[in-house]
Amino acid sequence: MSEITKAILEARESGGCAFVPYIMAGDGGLGRLKEDLLFLQEAGATAVELGIPFSDPAADGPVIQEAGLRALAAGTTLKAVIEEVKVIRDDVHIPIIFMTYLNPVLSYGMAGFANDCQEAGIAGVIVPDVPFEESEPLEDCLRMNGIDLIRLIPLSAPEERIRKIAEAAEGFIYAVTVDGITGVRDSFGGTTDSRLEQLKEMATIPVLAGFGISAPDQVRDFGRTADGVIVGSAIVDALHREDRELIKELISSAKNIAVAAE
Amino acid sequence: MVNTKEKNIYQAPDKAGRFGEYGGRFVPETLMPALLELETAYRDAKEDPKFVEKLDHYLKDYVGRENPLYFAERLTEAAGGAKVYLKREDLNHTGAHKINNAIGQALLAKRMGKTKIIAETGAGQHGVATATACALLDMECLVFMGKEDIRRQELNVFRMELLGASVVSVDQGSGTLKDAVNEALRYWVANVSDTHYVIGSALGPHPFPEIVRDFQRVIGVETRHQILEKEGRLPDAVVACVGGGSNSIGMFHPFVDDTEVALYGVEAAGSGIETGKHAAALTGGRPGALHGAFMYLLQDEAGQINEAHSISAGLDYPGAGPEHSHFRDTGRVTYTSVTDEQALEALKMLSRKEGILPALESSHAVHYAVELASGMSSDEIVVICLSGRGDKDVMTVRDALKGGNGHV
Ligand SMILES: Cc1ncc(COP(=O)(O)O)c(C=O)c1O
Repeated sequence: MSEITKAILEARESGGCAFVPYIMAGDGGLGRLKEDLLFLQEAGATAVELGIPFSDPAADGPVIQEAGLRALAAGTTLKAVIEEVKVIRDDVHIPIIFMTYLNPVLSYGMAGFANDCQEAGIAGVIVPDVPFEESEPLEDCLRMNGIDLIRLIPLSAPEERIRKIAEAAEGFIYAVTVDGITGVRDSFGGTTDSRLEQLKEMATIPVLAGFGISAPDQVRDFGRTADGVIVGSAIVDALHREDRELIKELISSAKNIAVAAE
Repeated sequence: MVNTKEKNIYQAPDKAGRFGEYGGRFVPETLMPALLELETAYRDAKEDPKFVEKLDHYLKDYVGRENPLYFAERLTEAAGGAKVYLKREDLNHTGAHKINNAIGQALLAKRMGKTKIIAETGAGQHGVATATACALLDMECLVFMGKEDIRRQELNVFRMELLGASVVSVDQGSGTLKDAVNEALRYWVANVSDTHYVIGSALGPHPFPEIVRDFQRVIGVETRHQILEKEGRLPDAVVACVGGGSNSIGMFHPFVDDTEVALYGVEAAGSGIETGKHAAALTGGRPGALHGAFMYLLQDEAGQINEAHSISAGLDYPGAGPEHSHFRDTGRVTYTSVTDEQALEALKMLSRKEGILPALESSHAVHYAVELASGMSSDEIVVICLSGRGDKDVMTVRDALKGGNGHV
């Protein structure tokens, strides 16, 4: 079983839901990456989604855009992130998933990227600008190296499309809870819950909900239906402001969900 | 869409939206259903005589087509070689070729039941064209424009507002055209059910490069029959400027199978390719993925997109559309570049010799074509796509020439 799937199922079995924080590699300099990852691990994160900065992040809201610009200004490159992960990998026991736009990967070379990810112990890769139709070359390269290509499925997509992507998915399914970009949101569409339930029924691997989730009560709400949540902008913002308490609170809100539901 | 009777041997894109290896659909999953819907709706509209008739009607009575293919006698004399013709897209309503695409896509969006139109704009030409089409067709219009461009193009912002559009200032990134495209894409992802994105050049995810090309093909189709009428034969060379690539692909496409016609795409060399301050993706870039397509791009070693630089805001974009990227690799089109300074010289030359003030974008094509014509014989023919008029550029040109005493 995939390392990521396993970690999520373990979190589920221990009475809560999986919690996957997103952080921007190089925000504040790559020098702090180890400390940040160890902190998240210590606080109980199930896995970490590590963002690679890109000059034109068309799927991201303002918080992650700005974090990416800070990381780029600090000289962060995909190559440097992979090298740093290699160095610190032995101390980090939770799965690391890269979230990167396609162009840095093309520039690196797809085969070389997949190979180097494997050497750095990367468990999965998410590429927001590669939809199902364009995913084959990347999936092939990653698969040869035992790395999951994590697929995004918007809950608003037609059922037939959801089914098609869900069948091809590996690691977990990233359910996009809102039509839109990353960022903090107060409310979600009225049909989100039922669509999430439908997707859960269809899926043979865990389903994590992401995009817009930023508060402990939202984590608990989604954690009842989904196998876990991904929280991006709220974590990136809190790390930038050095508000570690908020991050601990968010992560602990994912524990004991089954109990809370009873 | 007007008169697509001639047969094409060259066929692209394929089903996956690829021109050779270029193009494709590199967008978030959320947009895929909209792109598939757009493709179906477009194929359907193309086959519907009522749609074609409506578009032709607007192109004729509203845009003012067909516009002339003008023999520029004094420019020819000045070049001292081949005969030079100008395809007068500058005489279109709103002053450039952009309106051909804006009206076509707005009509398509309306047919699809969309109520809202969004567009990106750099200098404001495409924004004005889209605002115009939306006024005409009674649709809501939102134009994304970089903060820096809003500052540089105040009057065009006001023009769009007069036409009833709302202009959204984009502060992200460098506040220029590529950031405006990013923000338009972000807005579209969040509002895809009632909104159509009228992309302004032969760029973006499939089927946009094909749709924009088809709506701009009228330029080449008219040129082809006009030159046959005037000269009884096809031209030896056709020259057009390349920003994202819409006027050029519209001009070139009907000539692609006529191998005796040499095609030249002229990019903006800004301060010079060697300075790194330019917008010549095909001459000075390498392939990558941006804004939904795999195409030639200005980028650094790590795959971060570089800023483009050109005196002409309409060429100030770090990529060139997928079909051009393909033609670059196959060699069917020759791509070259012209500096800011050379474009300014050409602008002055055409103004003085013919009484035609060309857009700074088009001036790039004029410069290269004059150079080309001067090395050809007097029985040869060169056609320039004069993509737009230069009224919008008067302030920029004045500022650029102020290096001296402010006089021309
Ligand atoms: C007059 C004119 N010509 C050319 C261009 C360049 O665009 P494209 O390469 O899509 O024709 C523009 C863009 O704004 C323009 O306004």
